[in-house]
Amino acid sequence: MRFKSIASGFTRFGWGLLPASCLLLSVGLGGCGDNQSGLSEPAPVGGPALMRRLTESQYRATINDVFGPGISIPARFERGLRVEGLLAIGTSESGMSAFSVEQYDAAALSIADTVLGAEHRDRFLNCATASEGAFDAQCTTQFVQQYGMQLWRRPLTDPEVSSLVNAAHQGFIQLGDYYEGLKYALVGLLVAPDFLLRIERTQAPPEGSGPGQLDAFSRAARLSFFLTNASPDKELLRAAAAGELDTPEGLASQVDRLIASSRFTRAVRAFFEDMLQFDLFADLAKDPVIYPAFNSTLAADAQEQTLRTITDLLIEQNGDYRDLFTTRNAHLTRALGIAYRVPVPTRKGWEVSEFSADSNRAGIQTHIAFLALHSHPGRSSPSLRGKAIREVFLCQEVPPPPPEVNFSVVQDPSDANLPTARDRLELHRTEPSCAGCHRIMDPPGLALENFDGLGTFRTVENGAAIDASGSLDGIDFTNTNGLAQALHDHRETPRCLVEKMYRFAVGRDTVWDERPYMDYLTETFAVHSYSVPQLMRAIALSKNFFAIAPPTGETSHNLAGLSPANGATR
Amino acid sequence: MNTFPRRTFLRGALRGAAVGVALPLLNCFLDSNGKAYAATGQRIPLRFGTWVWGCGFIPEKWIPATTGRDYVMPEHLAPLEPYRDQLALFSGFDVKLDGVANKPHITGCLGLRSGIPVPDENVKAPTLDVLIGDAIGNGSRFRSIEVSTSGIQRSYSYRTAGSPNPSEISPLALYQRIFGEGFQDPNSIAFKPDPKYMVHQSVLSAIGDDRQRLMRTVGAEDRHRLDEYFTSIRQLEQQLALQLQPPAPVEGFVMPAAPADVALDSEMDNVLVIHRLMAGLLAKALQCNQTRVFNVLFSDTTSNLRRRGTIDTHHTLTHEEPEDPTLGYQREVAWFAQQSMQAWREFLDELASIPEGDGTLLDNCMVLAHSDCSIAKAHAVEGIPTMVAGGGNRIRTGYHLAGSADPISRIGLTVQQAMGLQVERWGSLSMETNKSITELLV
Repeated sequence: MRFKSIASGFTRFGWGLLPASCLLLSVGLGGCGDNQSGLSEPAPVGGPALMRRLTESQYRATINDVFGPGISIPARFERGLRVEGLLAIGTSESGMSAFSVEQYDAAALSIADTVLGAEHRDRFLNCATASEGAFDAQCTTQFVQQYGMQLWRRPLTDPEVSSLVNAAHQGFIQLGDYYEGLKYALVGLLVAPDFLLRIERTQAPPEGSGPGQLDAFSRAARLSFFLTNASPDKELLRAAAAGELDTPEGLASQVDRLIASSRFTRAVRAFFEDMLQFDLFADLAKDPVIYPAFNSTLAADAQEQTLRTITDLLIEQNGDYRDLFTTRNAHLTRALGIAYRVPVPTRKGWEVSEFSADSNRAGIQTHIAFLALHSHPGRSSPSLRGKAIREVFLCQEVPPPPPEVNFSVVQDPSDANLPTARDRLELHRTEPSCAGCHRIMDPPGLALENFDGLGTFRTVENGAAIDASGSLDGIDFTNTNGLAQALHDHRETPRCLVEKMYRFAVGRDTVWDERPYMDYLTETFAVHSYSVPQLMRAIALSKNFFAIAPPTGETSHNLAGLSPANGATR
Repeated sequence: MNTFPRRTFLRGALRGAAVGVALPLLNCFLDSNGKAYAATGQRIPLRFGTWVWGCGFIPEKWIPATTGRDYVMPEHLAPLEPYRDQLALFSGFDVKLDGVANKPHITGCLGLRSGIPVPDENVKAPTLDVLIGDAIGNGSRFRSIEVSTSGIQRSYSYRTAGSPNPSEISPLALYQRIFGEGFQDPNSIAFKPDPKYMVHQSVLSAIGDDRQRLMRTVGAEDRHRLDEYFTSIRQLEQQLALQLQPPAPVEGFVMPAAPADVALDSEMDNVLVIHRLMAGLLAKALQCNQTRVFNVLFSDTTSNLRRRGTIDTHHTLTHEEPEDPTLGYQREVAWFAQQSMQAWREFLDELASIPEGDGTLLDNCMVLAHSDCSIAKAHAVEGIPTMVAGGGNRIRTGYHLAGSADPISRIGLTVQQAMGLQVERWGSLSMETNKSITELLV
């Protein structure tokens, strides 16, 4: 059952010949360079083979794909680890506590109960001969092989199959019921490291030189998690086994198939949920006296609103990524309408409209999901918002506050002489130890001061008119619409998206030698009018996406800055 | 398919009997002193826990003017007066940075717990609660239980960097985890081992058999992570093995009722309610040997506690509230610091309310309480307030000890020694120490 190592179109050439060979190959092939833009990919650099934990959404999506919708998964998943700004990178570093394994185990038992319970089992078991009172070895083997392949993302070895069949037989002996016993074979599949961890495997480079590469099933998994946020489907596994992913045509046909599938939306959502740090909603609290409109429904709807805006613009309309910062598309529920002060006639569900031109709601950075998340429980925070704009959308890192910072210069926020945040922050920008960072964070954040700590529009704070003028890297503006345009036009905006998308795809930080590759992707993104699906396609078809570099020993990551609440950011 | 590995089968059938059972805590089995089991002479196990509150203290309201036994409790410690004899106060012990950047609220907390200061959350060693859990937690259902009472999913208990043992934040979820599916009432008359547990256990055991093969396929860093996974699998296996044994009867144990589903909110009154509920459940779990190790995070190190209707959190106030010119300290911050000590008192109340042997559960628990910094305004890691409570006559308490800028790892080292760990030296660089706090040891 082992697939054959088939030298792929690109790795057969030496590094020095790559650009030329790319030009030759690019005629009619999507796999090398970009045939529409005429750009060619630099020599691949790659990274180490990784061991990545499934995220909660990947776990759920995979169970949904393998067993169909309606399988409840009553587990409480441990929260993800955010490294270098992304949970996706944390999946390559986080361990697995006893609590997690306990939860995975409970989920596995529950899934097995549903799948092999009397109501559903006929859908999953294709054995006319099976019955409660007798152990059916053939049926069991078939079940283990079929679902093992889908869950472990590769064919199982004979000893693996027999170990699981053994578990089912043991179960039958002890419990006296074939189906009850079979459940434990499924539990074994679902609790195994081969399911919970994506353990990437490599094969030697053809002709023993150049970067190594992932084996076919590891390639299939990278592709599938990147483009569908779940394990490979049967067709992708078939293609992997047949060696089709090793040819540019075979790869392109699978990539295009996945991007065209309805599951692609899931991947785009997963990326933006990660990039926008929606996991932090788990800890978000608002004071109920100050913000009575805030509750768990509003928090959920706010995230969904932003995600709908994103997938609508980027996938349905195949729009320009930069327009996310200026769009006035409004996907609203009634709960959101209260916070936005916009009437929403629909009682239940979603309504699509447009925020009015004078509403100051241009771009996802004016959505409640952004404004409320980057605020304090009882007030807004220009610094937290400014920091998030820098780090989330522009990939500009704001250093943590110095530990011995002198806060005696900061005045009481209840001081009547300093009614607005701008007045109070002025002191931060004049004190030398604070000024360095606050000059970076505050100006874009101050442009959002027309929104309170929840995100509702306001024109005054403590009786004083709010001045929402600000600037972003040399572009001055007078209000939030100006910030929207500045973000849209910022040269780092597309590059930052490219970098985050690539890191998300490969589960690690980029390395210095990948700069030319990032340039290539950024140019490709521009050539395709900043289409995110096209960018994802270019990544999935690129050599660098699959390339494996020998370990360098320099793999330590800086885990600082996990939470915006840490440190003394105002 | 009729050839099965003999080993797997035997283990599935026999392992349940081979694993040690929890020690019974039935008082009628105790000797006349109530300190040890009459038949075996074995002592009631000493449990271990940590209790963490964020953002330090107001020194003049917390540090007693004198050391030794006859100190006067300052205002913020006043609620703890009933526990004076069961409490050791430590002031003036420092986390030594050795030039490491002080990541505010993190370096101090993790430095105290691991003996190694780090500039981020990349903890360098298991935290001391994990070291202790590995030594004493084997016979209980859970190796440790973590809870966080201010609605925030944080934990400062780490086996390896990048994977804290996550905290339960909801009392109801905590209840269900301990007393829901899989819980065996220790006093129920009828016990019939469910064969399902045996089958389940052998499945996990087969997964464990794969350890060596997988370890060979990954790099050194990932090996640590895989190792943690297999350790977790092994713990789950032991948990199932316990299900196959009749639980040891526990005198006076009454199954707790499921708590109401409360709002998870960081407002102080609400947090005190959640904390009390969780402390009560934890005490019950300790009583019937569901766990022997716990970690309570009352408030996060960047404390998100609030007073209802006010715009700032405890943490923001530490940086932004001006000192009250007449009081000489921050008035609002002081309120949070005082409430935190009130909560600590309530935690001890829950442990002390359960009779055990000739004393209470508190006498058979050693609890290390600490914050992440001393003066939060400056993120100072010098003189982090620390306390040890309980321990009965197995540790010495009832005094205030000033550390004179000694490394705080001395406390971590001594706590491990008091729990019976064979450790002579702990911590790194300036924090490395072999100097036990002899005042604490019997």
